[in-house]
Amino acid sequence: MSALLATLRQAARLMVGMPDYDAYLRHMGEHHPGQPVMDRVAFFRDRQEARYGGRNGGRCC
Amino acid sequence: MTRHIPWLILAIIGAVALWVVAVSRGEAVGALWIVTAALSCFLVAYRYYALFIGRAVMRLDAARPTPAIRRADGLDYVATDRAVLFGHHFAAIAGAGPLVGPVLAAQMGYLPGTLWIIVGVVLAGAVQDFMVLFISMRRDGKSLGELIRMEMGQVAGTIALFGAFMIMVIILAVLALIVVKALAESPWGMFTVAATVPLAMLMGAYTRWIRPGRIGEVSLLGLVGLLAAIIYGQAVAASPVWGPIFTFAPLTLCWILIGYGAVASVLPVWLLLAPRDYLSTFLKIGAIAALAIGIVIMAPPLRMPALTQFVGGNGPVWAGGLFPFLFITIACGAVSGFHALISSGTTPKLIASEAHAPMIGYGAMLMEAFVAIMALVGASILDPGIYFTMNSPAALIGTDAASASAAVTALGFPISPDLITQTAKDVGEHSIISRAGGAPTLAVAMAEIFSHVVGGPAMKAFWYHFAILFEALFILTAVDAGTRAGRFMLQDLIALAVPSFKRTSSQIPGFIATGLCVTAWGFFLYQGVTDPLGGVNTLWPVFGISNQMLAAVALMLSTAVLFRMKQDRYAWVTALPTAWLLICTLSAGWLKLASADPKVGFLAHAARFSEAAARGELLSPAKSMDEMNRIIFNDRVDAALVALFLAVVLAILGFTIRTCLAARRRVAPSMQEIPAAMVPAE
Repeated sequence: MSALLATLRQAARLMVGMPDYDAYLRHMGEHHPGQPVMDRVAFFRDRQEARYGGRNGGRCC
Repeated sequence: MTRHIPWLILAIIGAVALWVVAVSRGEAVGALWIVTAALSCFLVAYRYYALFIGRAVMRLDAARPTPAIRRADGLDYVATDRAVLFGHHFAAIAGAGPLVGPVLAAQMGYLPGTLWIIVGVVLAGAVQDFMVLFISMRRDGKSLGELIRMEMGQVAGTIALFGAFMIMVIILAVLALIVVKALAESPWGMFTVAATVPLAMLMGAYTRWIRPGRIGEVSLLGLVGLLAAIIYGQAVAASPVWGPIFTFAPLTLCWILIGYGAVASVLPVWLLLAPRDYLSTFLKIGAIAALAIGIVIMAPPLRMPALTQFVGGNGPVWAGGLFPFLFITIACGAVSGFHALISSGTTPKLIASEAHAPMIGYGAMLMEAFVAIMALVGASILDPGIYFTMNSPAALIGTDAASASAAVTALGFPISPDLITQTAKDVGEHSIISRAGGAPTLAVAMAEIFSHVVGGPAMKAFWYHFAILFEALFILTAVDAGTRAGRFMLQDLIALAVPSFKRTSSQIPGFIATGLCVTAWGFFLYQGVTDPLGGVNTLWPVFGISNQMLAAVALMLSTAVLFRMKQDRYAWVTALPTAWLLICTLSAGWLKLASADPKVGFLAHAARFSEAAARGELLSPAKSMDEMNRIIFNDRVDAALVALFLAVVLAILGFTIRTCLAARRRVAPSMQEIPAAMVPAE
């Protein structure tokens, strides 16, 4: 049940372009240990800019 | 063998339902027959056709690392759970198109639209989305323009990029026009939509400073604000002071929207665009789900005939006969070129395994087609008299209930003036006459369905404005996001001639490109708003042609890639839908240019008006020489635009044929896939 909720939550966030922060941390931990990581807020702002800045194309008609 | 039996049963159910929908005449058919027919066809197509394409045509390899694996960075490239990605992709492709097109198509009856949505999506639309996703997934998630450049050459890529920009302009103009049509002279709707701007800014401030990143929380707060805006909107509209303040003539609204587009697209994204996108995205998904549930609970009968007398053309909603114009009117629900930009956007960078591609690429498009089916059902459960009252231009049916009732009854759809007035009153509008554009019609239908489930007739006005708000909200988001995207497309294009334009460090090229972009769509919006025939009449076919042409371009790329993969014997999978789209769009484009019927052909229309102008005569609906000249000028611009689209698509066709012939002469595959091991995982 909680797994389902977690999936729904993740789906809802990705619908508005927000990837999973924990997955980002996991990636950085596995592949770039010791390098600085963005905190949750910086991550949020970075992804917001990436989605809405216009570089990713428009939304559909 | 036994595993095929359930699917066989499903196929039989679908065939029976389709049969009922197709042959019933005289008695009302239940909407659920259409829903059942569509659902069973989609499921069977997904199980067999998508699987066939994935296995035999693309030869998907679940073991081959996707860009999300090879280039994983935790940001843009993230291997994502396929259910989560399905939601992302569906939310990105679903928009106003599948809701509006089928509503307009209902003027020919529900049958042609239903059949085209089902057949079109299975054989063309879903194939296109799926193929482009596949092609992009094998090439690091590159965009459509880059893919065309890689496979068909630099020139072809630039032409496609230019075509995509023009299509974006038309889409933005049409979407903005739909908002104008829905909000003009409608203080309640206008207030609720206007309220979303400060509301979104408050949400923006909340996510920026108070609780950064709490998207769910802020969306719930926003939803409360939205509901309050709808509820108070009624009092605002009724107030003698505030009512007139929020009542706008279409032309004023047009300028407001143009100004809004210019300002909103240069504001920081966190302030307005992002928070409103949260609201519009979640509202969109919620409303679509609620509509599906509502239709199943209500199980309404279809009141629109299966076929109307407008099949041959001469319809009041849009001009032209079933072929080719039905196939460009239902743009997004059956096949949408714009999806090629999404399928080559973020989705290919997030897909975790090639084995997920059928569900994401083919499956999400089937879902989109299902939304289109629901919109068609919505338009068809309304009294046809109401439908034609709402969608015929004022130039045909006048502006008061008596004239509209007489004119629509004369069309063969009897309706009393009282019913027109009563329907307007029920949904809390001053008038429902000539509210073209599809959105208001769909809102009346949604009010019908939702109030049946929750609240009864007393809630109709609330649900109507809820539906208007939901449509206007995501259209405004699209206008804002589209202007930003259009700006970058334009900067890339101008940079081909003036390299300094690409620099992002300087603000000036950005402002110039934004200004040009807004001017471009603003021009067509202005033209649509001042068009005496209501604008939708003129602009929607141009939009449809452009969107279907982009689909043809994407399918031509897919065909070229299949040839270069040496999968010639399966090239029919994309070549057949390409051929059909080319036949439809080229003949529709040609008719729009050269038809002698002034209702269909832009040039014939311009000629009629310029001859009259030369004689010093005014033709209705123009009231001055100025208006005459404007109509002539607009016609010529539209004609030039259609000619341009034709040229783009023919050029790409030439490149495709050349690429395919060259690939056939080679013995070995020559596609430019990025090898699986080229970029090591970071």
